[in-house]
Amino acid sequence: MKLSLSSKVFAMLLSAGLVAGCSSTGEPMEEGQAAGSDVEAINQEGGATVYDGADGDGGVSSTAMTDEERQAAQEEAEQSRQAALRDVTTFYFDFDTSEIKPEARDVLIAHARYLADNPREDVRLEGHADERGTKEYNLALGERRAKAVQRFLIVNGASRGQIETVSYGEEKPAVRGSSESAWAQNRRVELVFE
Amino acid sequence: MTHRHAFRTTFARFRLLVWLAVFLVSAGSARAELLIRITEGADSAVPIAVVPFAESGNMPAGDSVSSIVQSDLAMSGEFRPLQPSKMLSLPSKRSEVYFRDWRMLGQRYLLVGSLNRSGDQIEARFELFDVNREERILGETASAPASNVRSLGHHISDRVYEAITGNAGVFSTKLAYVTVTGAGDNIRYHLQVSDVDGKRTRVRLESDEPILSPAWSPDGKRLAYVSFETGKPVVFVHELTTGQRRKVADFPGLNSAPAWSPDGKSLLMTLSRDGNAEVYEMDMASDQITRLTDHWAIDTEGAWDHTGRGIFFTSDRSGGPQIYHMDRPGAEPRRITFGSRYNARARPGPEGDYVYYVHQRDSSFHIARTNLSNGQESVITRTESDDSPSLSPNGRLLIYATREGGNSVLTVVSADGGAAYSLPAAEGEVRDPAWGPITR
Repeated sequence: MKLSLSSKVFAMLLSAGLVAGCSSTGEPMEEGQAAGSDVEAINQEGGATVYDGADGDGGVSSTAMTDEERQAAQEEAEQSRQAALRDVTTFYFDFDTSEIKPEARDVLIAHARYLADNPREDVRLEGHADERGTKEYNLALGERRAKAVQRFLIVNGASRGQIETVSYGEEKPAVRGSSESAWAQNRRVELVFE
Repeated sequence: MTHRHAFRTTFARFRLLVWLAVFLVSAGSARAELLIRITEGADSAVPIAVVPFAESGNMPAGDSVSSIVQSDLAMSGEFRPLQPSKMLSLPSKRSEVYFRDWRMLGQRYLLVGSLNRSGDQIEARFELFDVNREERILGETASAPASNVRSLGHHISDRVYEAITGNAGVFSTKLAYVTVTGAGDNIRYHLQVSDVDGKRTRVRLESDEPILSPAWSPDGKRLAYVSFETGKPVVFVHELTTGQRRKVADFPGLNSAPAWSPDGKSLLMTLSRDGNAEVYEMDMASDQITRLTDHWAIDTEGAWDHTGRGIFFTSDRSGGPQIYHMDRPGAEPRRITFGSRYNARARPGPEGDYVYYVHQRDSSFHIARTNLSNGQESVITRTESDDSPSLSPNGRLLIYATREGGNSVLTVVSADGGAAYSLPAAEGEVRDPAWGPITR
C-alpha cells in the first residue's frame, strides 16, 4: 500500500517535473496559455501541492514584475520545484539490470544539484534486488545498481566523498510477497540522507 | 562385492516416490527441532528390517537407537524400512534369526542388535545380514554417552549405509542454515546448526541484520558466513566449539560468498574493493588476498572444483549470469552453462562428474546440473523458486531452499532428482542451507 502510493507520487512528480521543465525554457505566459492541455494536466494531478508558489506568481501579474522580481520568482519556483523532485528518493530497475530509467533522471539531477550546493551533506545509496535468482549474485547486482546511481550523481555535480554505497541484495525487500508488483518495488536504490 | 553390485542395479530403477515431511516444532524460543513424518513410501527403495534392539539397563527417554536408524535410512530415500509391528520375531543376535521369515516379508537386509548400559555409557552391538544369501555383512560394537544416543544411532546408520551401498553415509553430518522470524523492527536472523534430520538444533548467531551464505570448513569446526551486523556485508569465520569469531574480510564494498578450499587453508570470497565484484582467494594464515578474476562484469560465487586447483564462478559477462570454470586461477575462463539466460551459484559434485546450480527456466528458478564430460544439462527439482543448492559430502543428496504452498522450506532431493523430504520453517523463513562435511 505504502509503496504503491509512493510510486504514484513518483509518477506524478515526474510528469509534473517534465511539464514544468518545458515551460520554464520558453516564454512563461504565452507558452502557458497556448499549451493549455499541459497546464490542465498539472492542475488535475494535484500539481497545486507541488506548484503552490509558482502558479500564484505566474498567474497574478507577470507584466508588472521587474526583471529582478521575475528572476527572483523564477528562482524561487525553481527551488521549490527542485525540492519537490527531491521528495522522491527511491529509484526502480528492471530485472537483472542496473540501468537508470529515463524518468528517474530529472529527480536524480535534482539530488545531484542539492549535493553540489550543500557539500557538507552526505547520502547513502542502498541497492536492492528482488528475491529471484541467487542471494550472492543479487548482492552484487544491488551494488551495481547503487554504483550506477552513484556515477550518475557524480557526473551531475555531487562529489564522491559525499556518497556511500551499500548493497542489501534481496535481504531487505520493501514489499513482501512473490508477485510481479512486489518484485518491481523491491528492485530499487534508496537514497538515504543522514 | 556382489551384493553391492546387485544393490546398484536396483537403485538404477529407483523412482521419485519417497516423500518425507519434516515439521519444525517450536520447543522454546531459542530452540526448535524438526519432527519427521513419512507421508508416502518409496516404491523401489531397498527393503530393510531394522529390528528394535534388545536393551539391558536403563535407557534414556526419547527416540530409541533403532528408531533413529530406521528414520535415517528412510530419509536417505534409498531404503524402505519395515514397520516393527509387521515383524514376526524380534531377534537381537544371529542365533535368533530365521531368514525364511524375513524373506517371506520381502526384506533384502536385516539389522539386529542390543544395547547395554554400563555407567554413563551405552554400548551397542549390531549385525547386518543379507537375507537372500543368509550372510552377515557387518558385525560391530559402538558406544556413546547415554546423553548422546542420537549420535550412536547416526553412527550405526552410516555403517549400515556404507556396508550396503559402498558410499560413505552422511547421517552423522550437520546442516547449517539461517532462519528469519518477525518483521520490521522485530526481525531476527538466526544462524543455526542441526543434525541432518533436523534434530538437535543449536543457534550459533542471532542478529537483527541479515546473515547469509554459511560455509563449512572441511574439518567441520568452523563456519564462514556473511553478516550485516555492522551495517554492511562482512565475512566472518566462526569457531563452533569456542564461539569465537573473527572478521576476515571487511573491505569497502562487498565482502561476500565465502567458500573454503578443500584443504581448509584458504577462503574464496567476492570483494568489490577494486571497483566491482570479483572473486579473490584469502590465505587464512596470513590474511593475504589474491585476485582470481578480472572483468568489468559481476564475478561472484566462487567454488573450488573437486581437484582443488580450478574454480567455478558466476559471471554476467555474457549479458546474464552464467557458470564459468577456470582450470587454475588466472586461466582463461570457460563457459559451462548455455541452457537458459540465468544460471548461477555453482556447487561441484565431489567426483567432478557434475556441477549443480540455480537455473531459470521460463519464469521459474530450479536446481539443475550439467554433466561435465558431455555438457548435458538436466533440471533436477520440480519446485519453482529454488536457491542455495548444497551437496551432501558423499554427493548423493542435495539440499536447497525453496517455497512449498507459500511456505519457506529446505528440501532434500537425491542428486539425480529422486527422493525428497522437506524441512519447513515453523514461522517465518528458513534459508541458505549448507551441508557439513564428514568429520570422522
